[in-house]
Formats: sequence, structure tokens, C-alpha cells
Amino acid sequence: MTIPEVTPNEVLTIESLSVGYRSKMHLLPVLRDVSFSIRQGEAYGLVGESGCGKSTVAMAIMSYLASNAVIESGSISVLGQDVVTATPHQLREWRGTRMAMVYQDPGSSLNPAMRVGRQVAEVYHYHGQASWSEAMDRTREMFEKVRFSDPGRILERYPHELSGGQQQRVMIAMALAANPALLVLDEPTTGLDATVEADILDLVAQLRSDLGTATLFISHNLGIVARLCERVGVLYAGRLVEEGPTTEVLRRPDHPYTIGLLNSVPKWGSTKRASRLVPIPGDLPPLGQPMPGCAFASRCEIVRPECETSPPPLAPNRAGTAKSACLQRDNLEELRSRLTSAVSTPVVINRRSGPPEPVIVVDHLVKRFRGDQGEMTVLSDVSLTVNAGEILGLVGESGSGKTTLARTIAGLYRPDGGTIESRGEGQSADAKAHYLQMVFQNPDTALNPSQSVSRILGRAVKRLGPKLSTHERAQRVVELAKSVKLQGYHLQLRPRALSGGLKQRVAIGRAFAGDPAVVVLDEPASALDVSVQATILNLLVSLQDDRDLAYLFISHDLAVVNYLSDRIAVMYLGEIIEVGPAESVIAPPHHPYTEVLLSANSAVNSEGGERIRLTGQMPSLAQPPTGCRFHTRCPRVLGDQCRDVVPPVQVAGDGHMLRCHIPLEELRIQQSRPVPPTV
Amino acid sequence: MAQTLDTTAPQPSNDLTALQTRGGRFREVMAELFHSPAFVVGFVVFVFWVVDAIFWQSIAPQSPQAIHPFLTLKPPSTSHWFGTDWLGRDVFARVLGGSTSILEIAPLATLLGILGGTAVGLVTGFYGGAVDTLTMRLVDAFLAFPLIIIAVLVLSLLGSSEITVIVLIGVIFTPVVSRTVRSVVLVERDKEYVAAARLRGENGPYIMVFEILPNITSAIIVEATVRVGYAIFTAATLSFLSLGIQPPSPDWGLTIAEGRTYLSFAPWVVIFPALALATLVVSINLIVESVQRVVNS
Amino acid sequence: MTIYIVKRVLLALITLVLVSLIIFVAAEVLPGNIGRTILGHFATNAQVQAINVKLGLNRPVLERYWDWITSFIRGRWGSSYSLQVPVFGLVMRRFLNSIILGAFALVLIVPVSVGLGVVAALRRNHFTDRAITLVGMSMLALPEFVTGVLALIVLSIQFHWFPVSSVVPSANPVSIVRNLFLPALPEMVLIFGYVSRMARAGTVEVLESNYVRTAVLKGLPRSRVLFRHALRNSLLPTITVIAVQAGYLVGSLVVVETIFNYPGIGNLIYTAALSHDQPVLQAAVFLVALVYTVTNLTADLAYAALNPRVRLG
Repeated sequence: MTIPEVTPNEVLTIESLSVGYRSKMHLLPVLRDVSFSIRQGEAYGLVGESGCGKSTVAMAIMSYLASNAVIESGSISVLGQDVVTATPHQLREWRGTRMAMVYQDPGSSLNPAMRVGRQVAEVYHYHGQASWSEAMDRTREMFEKVRFSDPGRILERYPHELSGGQQQRVMIAMALAANPALLVLDEPTTGLDATVEADILDLVAQLRSDLGTATLFISHNLGIVARLCERVGVLYAGRLVEEGPTTEVLRRPDHPYTIGLLNSVPKWGSTKRASRLVPIPGDLPPLGQPMPGCAFASRCEIVRPECETSPPPLAPNRAGTAKSACLQRDNLEELRSRLTSAVSTPVVINRRSGPPEPVIVVDHLVKRFRGDQGEMTVLSDVSLTVNAGEILGLVGESGSGKTTLARTIAGLYRPDGGTIESRGEGQSADAKAHYLQMVFQNPDTALNPSQSVSRILGRAVKRLGPKLSTHERAQRVVELAKSVKLQGYHLQLRPRALSGGLKQRVAIGRAFAGDPAVVVLDEPASALDVSVQATILNLLVSLQDDRDLAYLFISHDLAVVNYLSDRIAVMYLGEIIEVGPAESVIAPPHHPYTEVLLSANSAVNSEGGERIRLTGQMPSLAQPPTGCRFHTRCPRVLGDQCRDVVPPVQVAGDGHMLRCHIPLEELRIQQSRPVPPTV
Repeated sequence: MAQTLDTTAPQPSNDLTALQTRGGRFREVMAELFHSPAFVVGFVVFVFWVVDAIFWQSIAPQSPQAIHPFLTLKPPSTSHWFGTDWLGRDVFARVLGGSTSILEIAPLATLLGILGGTAVGLVTGFYGGAVDTLTMRLVDAFLAFPLIIIAVLVLSLLGSSEITVIVLIGVIFTPVVSRTVRSVVLVERDKEYVAAARLRGENGPYIMVFEILPNITSAIIVEATVRVGYAIFTAATLSFLSLGIQPPSPDWGLTIAEGRTYLSFAPWVVIFPALALATLVVSINLIVESVQRVVNS
Repeated sequence: MTIYIVKRVLLALITLVLVSLIIFVAAEVLPGNIGRTILGHFATNAQVQAINVKLGLNRPVLERYWDWITSFIRGRWGSSYSLQVPVFGLVMRRFLNSIILGAFALVLIVPVSVGLGVVAALRRNHFTDRAITLVGMSMLALPEFVTGVLALIVLSIQFHWFPVSSVVPSANPVSIVRNLFLPALPEMVLIFGYVSRMARAGTVEVLESNYVRTAVLKGLPRSRVLFRHALRNSLLPTITVIAVQAGYLVGSLVVVETIFNYPGIGNLIYTAALSHDQPVLQAAVFLVALVYTVTNLTADLAYAALNPRVRLG
């Protein structure tokens, strides 16, 4: 282990860190020669996709690597002291006071059998020598700082009684309690709704500046990192490939991977008729693969022989402001312009002519479930139309009922009220299966793990396709695999051997086996890595366009929905509160909730801008608010009217409808102004 | 250096294993098992008893049924390695011969229990609802009786023979196995591939047998290995209580029961069958424990 | 929470009703003529017939079931066919003897099992763990009669440390240990195997959980992490498992009670079944099943009371 060169005000110094995991006979390298440092008060973002090793970096800093992890070389120092060789006694002292961590899944990171107030008070008691009652007082103060509206009540709660956002705020309070010099956040907002996510990020930004804590923010989302961090490092397959000031890296990325990454994500406001997503070719390398040269060589479009022989060093650019590990830096301009023009080529040009032809008509649909808290009406009076040849995007947060709606339309649940009409409805299960199919969110559980790809597709072809001989069926399977860009050798593999993107392609192939007229897609790309999402989304759009299908596309990601959809519907707490052509819904006037969603999304995906903050929690479906369901949290709430009276449906032109008490003109004027901060 | 609390971060997933073929993984598991001394010992002893159960008639130097009225209760000697019992029969031969009955009963009873339990667990887990609630109440009621008591009741009215013991243990195991199977079926049932099958118009039985069952076989196998141990345990106890095999079988449990009267002055009559049974049970548990440890790592 | 309690109690009652039905039907099906059993070989058929009528054995089944159930609840359990003594006193006495034996075994072995299971979890995959696990899982899955008989031979016959036959001990500790240790030993061995494995598995799972990681990474002292965070969550399920085992124990003592001639309820059931003594059999088996169901219910409720997720709904 080398003694690192530490400049005095560096809080974290990582030098040439290489970490591997021992597995049976092999040693799988996970981090290769990673070096970076964070100065006092600075926020550094570490960005990368799954398997790049970013969580390993966090665990290495906290000195909590798995027992089969091996630090092959390098050093990690916090406040000038080596963490790797520290004694358990030193570590116990330093953890919490020098470095603290906030984790991805706050629910499982809290002791379910201890009240949250106590869990935070422990930090004050054991590190701050406070008595228990003093510790509780200071916890209450801390809870105020993390913006709990009723800190006293929260103190007494158990973790399962809090929402995800609240749990994460407790974790942040716990981490900052002993005022550490370094705060490490590992994907702290993954899995949280967009509005909650924006809240948490705001909070972290503010606390950080108040307390002057150095921050390491780990995420797969460049947009989030851009929001909070001054500097960013891009990690690919265990190597740091680029580093620099955030604005510079985002505006002019200096590495083929970063360039590719930014071009594969829908830019805020882009749509399929004006641009396309350009995916990075190839797949993420499997964990622990040996890489003699540049980590990105196998997928790089400007790769040359010298790239594969030795790893490129992280070299500063001409201005000295940022670093990049690419030997072909001088050829990047060509790549950039090529990709820019590729991105600006629209995917879909044709618009369907003629009046809309409904293929699915949902009328006053009601669906109830019996839960632990009694009966919940998950869908209350939902009416929706899906037209032929169009993509209807359905947006909503958790608790909105969008997944239930999808499954009820698909026929997995039986409605408790209302009707669903389509050509497949009222028919036998077989006929319906030919007409409507579904693609699910999680590729790992959407495929039967004990069946090979050819069996999965073959069964679908047999059940959903025309009557064919065995030979003809086998041919159809091959064609089907080709149409979703699978190779021949994939057919004999089992799902376990496929990556997430490949699995999802099999699932899509399976859904399309019988040439359905309508496909319901429940967050089909959300569980995939960013560089893979583009491939799947492109595939879905091209299939839809080629075969003139109707899609019901569900997502929580407004940018994706806006990119893909012809029309958009917004759901809140079991109701559709707005629906209309995509451009109309995105622009004012729109429902105040839509406004909040847009604001949360744009705040995350671009640089700054004022945000409309949403107060309160999502109400429980077991006791929905009276009148307008959004009135308890609406930043534009009028008063008693919103509480007592169900809002009327207002038509804002060409099929654009929304439910609000505020007159449309008023909304349009208000929403076109720049937004002042919160209510 | 007890670092256990400080380095207990869970292991990361390893994509390389996903790329291994099924055969390769099996060979790897076997290799690791045979490196474990516990497994090897258990395996060797178990194989010994299996071979003995099949071939004991060729191995035993004397007949286990041959009565020698003037050689009763003789202590171990060179002519009778384990001594003789109260009828002058050679204890060594009886010990060798005693493994057959138990090694016949246990696997068959386990098989019966697994088949029954899987069927019940699949149906109740998949369909749920009233069928599930009613069946689970019955299972609970059934399991409220200690197994021995059920066995005592049934065998005392049906009489004892190998067949009734096998059926009895199989029937007793069915509810226990059904619980385990049901819980894994519940997990699989909520996965999207089952929903996808429903959307294809597949019917219930098809989904249960062709979609869900192949994915729960590893859980069933684990349960089966655990049950075999219990089957031996129960069968031996039943014959000890004179509810299983009938004399003059050299079955170990039976012999121990019969030999109890002579315990104070001719303990060899009981010690050797007891030790034989103990080694068999222990060997099976060593195998099961090692397999579970290696498969779960 | 109250809904939970009510539901659980209702389920337990249904189970008990099913249990009583099973017992009654099973006892009905036992072969053997009751009257003959009581009067013996030499009575005439007419006398046997008369006694059967006197005992009401020719009335319809449902009527007899109802009679039995209502009398049972009232504590009138009839009188033994073979022994001609009141069933209630006989069964209760034997039941209490079994409880004493079971309690002795549990008190001695449960703390040891839980403790060693936790130690094995803390030192997992090291030598201590392998040793405890191996001993617990492999060596100690022995049928009670094997352990009992071997213990009898070695400790009683060879070394004369314990008596060959056990009687119900008097209140002094020496008598208790002398009489109860041998019969309790086979059960203790089995309980150790089962409980130590549960304790280990539960503790390992908790030690690898995210919230223990949080506790460690906020710099808490080891003891605090271990006791307040880890064990507090892992022992809860273990304790409920032990409670259920305890309920089960009482009826499964039949083997050791036979070997050591200990006058317990398991022994009683065995002899009653063999001699077709219906009233004793029904009452004793039902009592055992009742104890098991009640213990299960109590364990469920205790778990709910201690688990905040359930307590607060």
C-alpha cells in the first residue's frame, strides 16, 4: 500500500484503488486503478451503470467490503488517515463522525423494531456523549432541519409507518447527526417517485451548503448528479474514464462512453418525431472480465488497435480543467457530429390520418382490493380510450393505480364496476389473447427461468399464432427472434444466461408472437440500464410503427413518455386527471399535478430552475380525500371548493381534457409565468 | 481477530455463474462436496449401509435366524463378533441384516409423502381461496397431533406390516411437505411469467405443472432429503414401539425393543443395533447438511 | 391488531373442532368390542351386550359425539375401561408428570442451544461454527430411543449414576436431577439440534441485513449492534419456534417414557391405544392436541405483540 499524497484540505483521497472479489477459483476484478479526491465542502458525483463498481467504491470508503473482497492495491484516506489499514477501534470512531453514508433502500436500512427517533438519537448518544434525553432533543432539532413538518410525531414512529421519502430523510438526519466531514450517498433516490426525489435532492443540496459537508453522490443518473455536484466522475466497468466540472462534462463530454450515454437518453422535450435515441452498441461487459486495454474498447466506435493493448491513462485536456481516459481524443469531434445528426433524425414521420379509431374503450372502471387496512378502491371511475395506431402514455406515481389499470385492461383482474370494450372483450380467453398482449416491467421474473428462449417463444407461437406444423413453427420462432434483434445462439439459452436487455427482448418477442392489435407495456424499460433502455425503446417504437399497433405505455419517467407517446394520460390516486395529445398536455394549461410532475422532471434533467415543491404525503387509497383528490397537496388550491366539490372536466381543445376547478384561461396565464418557490 | 461484525457485507452477484452450463455447475458442486470431509464420511458410511442392505446375505458369516439354544446371551467373541442374543442368534449377522427394512421403508415413504405433498401444495398454493383455507385448516388440525400418536392410533387398528408403515409415514408427511411446497408456489405464482401464461390463455393445470412445477423442484428436492432423515427416524421409532415390522425380522428398532429386558446383563444385544442405526442416521444428516451448505453458498 | 387476535382465535377454535372430530371418529373406528374388553373373555355375549347398551354404545354417532364434547368441556371425562378409575384424575396426573419432564428438558437445553446458535452465527464459516453446526445437525438427529437406550446402558447400568427407572421426583433438586436427567436427555439432544440451527439461521440472516449494516456504519459499539439491533430481531422468530416446539413436546415423550417407565401422558396414550381404552385415549389425545393448539396460538399472539409491524397494523 502506498502512502498517498494528500493535499491538506482534501477530505477523501482515493489513489489507484483496485478491488476484486474472490469467487471459487477466480479473482474477479471490480475496480481497476481508480483515483479521485474530494475537497472540503465539495460535491463530487460518481456516475455509472450497473456493474461498474460504484457501490464497491462506497463500501470501500466505509471499510465494509464483503468478506470475499480483496483490495489488490491502492489506498483510501479520509481526512488524511488510511481507512484500509485502520483498526476496528479507529473505524468505530470514524464512522459517523468523519464519514457517513445514506443508502439506496431506506426501508430495509432501518431497524424495524426500533422507533426512528431512537435510531438517530443513538448517534448523538454514542458519538456525542449526550444523555438519551439530550440526544432525543437534538434529534428533534435535526428532524426539523430535514423538513419534517411534525418532528415530534416522527420521533415515535417505526420505519414501516413512514413513506419512502420520509424514511430517507430519517437516514439523512442520521448520517449528518455527528457532522461528518464526508457524506456518501449511494443511489439515495432510486425507487422514489419523481416528486419525492426532487424533494430529497433539494434537501441534500441545502444541508450540504449549510453544513459544508463534502459529498460523494453515487448514481446512474447524470441528470441528478448534475443538479447537485460541482464535479463528476464517470465510471465504466471499474475504470474512471472521465472526470471534470459537471457543466463541462455534460455540455462537451470528452469520452466516447459519456458521449454515447448522453445520446441514448431522451433529452427533455424531445419527441420521436423530431429525434431518436442512439444506443451504445453491444452490452455491458460481465462482472470481472479481464480487460487488458481500455474498458470501453469492445463497444467503442472509434476504437483503434492501440486501445486494446494497454489501459489509457486519465489525462487532462488542453485547458487542464477536466480529465479523460481516451487515446483517440482528437477524433472525438467526428464521433460527436455523427451522433448529433443521428440523434436529430426522427424515428417516426407518419402520422395516422383520419379520425381516431378506438380499439379499447374503458368506461367508468372501478377496481377494489382488500388490504390490511380494509378495502381500498384502487381505481375509481376511470374512463380512457386507446386508439388504433397510437401510443397512449400513462403517467403516475406510486399509488396512482396505473399498474392496476394496465392489468385490468389486460384481463388479469376482473373489474368491480364499469366496462372495458374492445374487439377482444367478451370473447374466449384465447381470442382475447390474440388481440391484446402485455410486456412487464421486470425481465428477471417475466420469463420462466426453467425454459429456454426457443421454448418460451415456441409456446407463444403455438398458442397465439396460426395453426402450423412443427417445422413451420420452428421457422416462425427464428423469424420472431430476428424481429427483436436476437441472435440464433440465444435460442438455446435459458434466461439466467441473458442480460436484462436480452431478456426484455425475449419478453417482447413473446408478446408479439401472435400479432396482437394492442399491447400494454408496464414500464418495459425502467428496470434496465440506461444504455440498454434506448435499444428497447427504439425496438418498441419501430415495431409499433411497422405494424400500426396501439400501445398503452406506462411509465413514471415523463421524459420517456413525452418522447414516445402520441397522447398522454395522467393518473393520481386512482383517477385520470388529465388526458390529451402529448404536446397539449406538456404545455400550459395543464392540471396542477401535471405541472408539478413536469417541474420535478425538468429540475432533475436540466440545470437548475425553480421548482414547485409538493407538500405532504400521498394520501392512502383506503381514505381518499374528498372533492378533488389532489386538494390536500395542490400548490394552486383554491380553498373549500376544492375540498368539497369534485372538479368538473374541462375541455381544452382537440381531445385535451383535465379535471380542475380553476378555469382554463386562469391556468394558462398562471402556468406560463416563471414559477415562484413554494406555497 | 473477531471481525465478523465488521466485514459482513453480503456478496455481490456473479454473472459468470449464469454463463455456466447445467452440467458444468453440477460437476462443480460435486467436486466441492467431495472436498468436504463431513460429506465424504457421511457418503462412505451411507453407501456402506446401502450395499449392506442389498448384499448382506452374501456378507454375513452366519444366518441371523439360526437359533442356537445353548449359546444364548454370549458376550462378543471370535466366533460371534457381536455376541449372541437371547435365542442364541448371532448379533453381528442380525445387525447386518437390519438395514434392509429401514432402507426400503424410508425412501418409499418419503416418495409417497413428496408426491402427495407436492400435489396438495401446488393446488392450494395456486388456487388459493376457499380450497386453500379449508385445506390449511385440515393440515393444522392434523399437525396438532404428535406424529407418534397418529401412528400409534392407525397402526393399532390397521395392524403392522412394511406396507402399512410406508403408507402411514407417507400420509403423515403429506401435510408437512404440502406446507413447504405451498409457500414456494405462492412466491412463484405472483411472478410475471405466470401472468404472461394466463394472458396466453393457458389453463390452471397447465400453469401448475409446466410453468410453476419446474421452478420449485430444487425446493422439493431439499425437502425430500430432509424428509428421508425423518422417515428413518420415524420408521425406527415405530418398530421400537412394536408398531412396525414384526419379529423375527432383524430390524434394528425391533431388536432394540426386544432386547431391552436383557439390558443390564447383556447390553451388546442392544448396543450394536443402536450404534448401527446411529451411524446410518448421522451419515444421512452429514450428507444433507453438506449438500445444503454447498448449494446455498 | 384486535382483528388479528380475533381471527387467530377463531382459526384456533376451528382447528380444535376439527381435531375433536378426528379423535372421535378415529376412536370409533378402533376395532374391538368395548364390552368384551371390559368384561374379559369369560363373559357371555348377553352380558357384553348389556354392558354395551349401558354404556350407550348403540346410540347414533352424532349424539355420542355431542355428549362427549359437552362432557369434556365440563370436565366429566368418564372412567377408564381397563383400569376402572376416573379418566380425569388419571389423565391430568400423567399430563402434569409429562410437563415436569418436558419443562426440565427445555429449561436446561434451550438457553444453551440459542446461545451456541448465536455464537455459530457470529463466527460463521470459521471453525467454531462448523463444529457447532456439525454436532448440532448431524450427530444429534438421533431417534430418542437410540439415545435413551445408549444413555441407559452407559450412564445407568455401567456407571450407576442414574436409576434405570424414573419416578416422578420430589421437590428436592437432587431427586429431580437423578430422576429426570436420563429421560430428558434424548429430547434435549433433539431440541439442541433443531433450536441451535434456527437460532443460527435467524441470526445470520439478520447479521447480513441492511439495518445491521447501518448500525455498524454509524459507528455504534459492537455490543449495541449485536444486542439491540441484531438479536432483538433475530431471536423473536426463534422464540416463537421454541414455543411451538414446547407445545409439541408433551405428546412426543412417549418413547422416553416407555424406556424409562416414566408415568407420563405419552406412555398412557400408548397403552390406552393398545388396550382400546376409548375414554382414556380420547381424553388424553385431545388434551395433547389442545395444548399444542393453545401454545401455537399463544406463540402467534406473542409474536404479534412484539412485532411492531403487526401490532400497529
